[in-house]
Amino acid sequence: MSSTITSWGDKNPARLRTTNLIRIGFAIVLLIGWEAISRSGIFLRDVVPSLGPIALAIFKLVQNPVFYANLQATAFEIAMALGIGSALGIACGIIIGSRPFLSAAFEPYIYYMAPTPRIIFFPVMIMWFGVGVASKIALGAMSCFFVVALATADGMRQIDRVLIRVGRSFRATSLQMAFKIYLPAMRIPVLNGIRLGFGTAVVTALLAETKLSNQGLGFMVMQTYSRFDMPSLYGLLIIIFIIAGLGNAVLGRFANTAHHS
Amino acid sequence: MAKSLYIGPYGRWLPIAFGAMTVLGAFVLLEILLRVGVINRYIVPLPSEVLLSLPRIIVEEKVLARCRETAFEMLISSAAVIAIGVPIGVALYRYKALRNALEDWFAALAAAPIVLAFPLFLVMFGRSATTIIVMSVVSGVAPIILKTTEGLVATRPVLLNVGKSLKMTQSQMFWKILLPSALPLIFTGIRLGWTFVLISVVGTEFLINLGGLGQLINDLAERYDMPGTYAAIGFVILVSILFFISLERVEQWLGRRT
Repeated sequence: MSSTITSWGDKNPARLRTTNLIRIGFAIVLLIGWEAISRSGIFLRDVVPSLGPIALAIFKLVQNPVFYANLQATAFEIAMALGIGSALGIACGIIIGSRPFLSAAFEPYIYYMAPTPRIIFFPVMIMWFGVGVASKIALGAMSCFFVVALATADGMRQIDRVLIRVGRSFRATSLQMAFKIYLPAMRIPVLNGIRLGFGTAVVTALLAETKLSNQGLGFMVMQTYSRFDMPSLYGLLIIIFIIAGLGNAVLGRFANTAHHS
Repeated sequence: MAKSLYIGPYGRWLPIAFGAMTVLGAFVLLEILLRVGVINRYIVPLPSEVLLSLPRIIVEEKVLARCRETAFEMLISSAAVIAIGVPIGVALYRYKALRNALEDWFAALAAAPIVLAFPLFLVMFGRSATTIIVMSVVSGVAPIILKTTEGLVATRPVLLNVGKSLKMTQSQMFWKILLPSALPLIFTGIRLGWTFVLISVVGTEFLINLGGLGQLINDLAERYDMPGTYAAIGFVILVSILFFISLERVEQWLGRRT
């Protein structure tokens, strides 16, 4: 998702005040609405717990060492998936993006495979890589690969031809061309691709953990669900959403920095 | 995608034929490697077995009925994300204070792995298609909101000035200038939103073993019917491709009309 930070750094105090007032107003309406639904009995008891127990569950979760062990397992899977998927995606994107013939031959396959839900490949990955972390990493890397490859190929086509001719006139090798010309010139689309790839890798790895796993945050979600501990389930999901949002924001900040450098 | 079609010294069809032949060649190579025992046949089925399993899973597993079920959930969710997302995006464009306050929140919603909350939706709406549709709508709406606003904001000022000089009403400005100008970005948002919808629909079917093609893959994998599992995955890829080709066609048709 493109950067949408609109209010950060806003110097106009009146506008900033209005923005904050609207935000606070919406937050209050949401919280009151939640509490009202919780007490109304529209849903079965405990399905929509009161805000107090959810806050308490979040407080207990962040003090629980088991949560950090699972967070570590998921973070490892996602980091590995992002690294492998991005590296393969960039390499493939450079190759097909630099040759129009290969682009026309293979890019349609990558383009139409990109939005396919990757979780359906989980049974295949289990057969290839086993039930441990390797199958989740492979699935996450597969998710990441397609978006990064497409973004890189697109970035390659936007590189100023003069830069490529300069590289070739210096008789740069393929590796030198990749690291000295292509990657610096297309850092913004590549970083945006990695950011999108991160999002899909997170979703895929966590979903795979909910299906078959003995560690990770997805596994923890299913454990909490099987105990029907709804406040903890809400708390855990809120924490996961915040972590995913922070990861996305950090990658977005990288992309913004690259854009302004 | 269509913009990048190659028309060089070899014409348009040669690279397409080369791509298709390469994919076919990869399957033939895989068949040979499996038959000579380089790759274990218990892990990867023969491509010919996958092909031969197609009639079986179409008849015995009622693939077409399952395709209809998955397609129904996808169509309802896809229509709903557009019906909800585009008006909210327009409202955010119209009221700048609202945009400043809430755009970051929608960006956070777009980045959140909502589909992971399927146990919550299961508890709220039961084990039914409603759960899948509601969850898919929540997953897919945020990118459409953001891209609609982005598209409308990016309208060139010169176009707006032309509209003002022609004394267009607000409604005319929207339908004749703002919407056509924002259409490419709105469709980018729809494509992103539909990707989340697809992940959510098929992913949830697979995870909770309910409904159409997702459930079929889960069933076949649990029965250790590997050729059938691969064939069912092929069907999901086919549905996904048809889904996005139809979106492209609608975009091209609308592009010609506006």
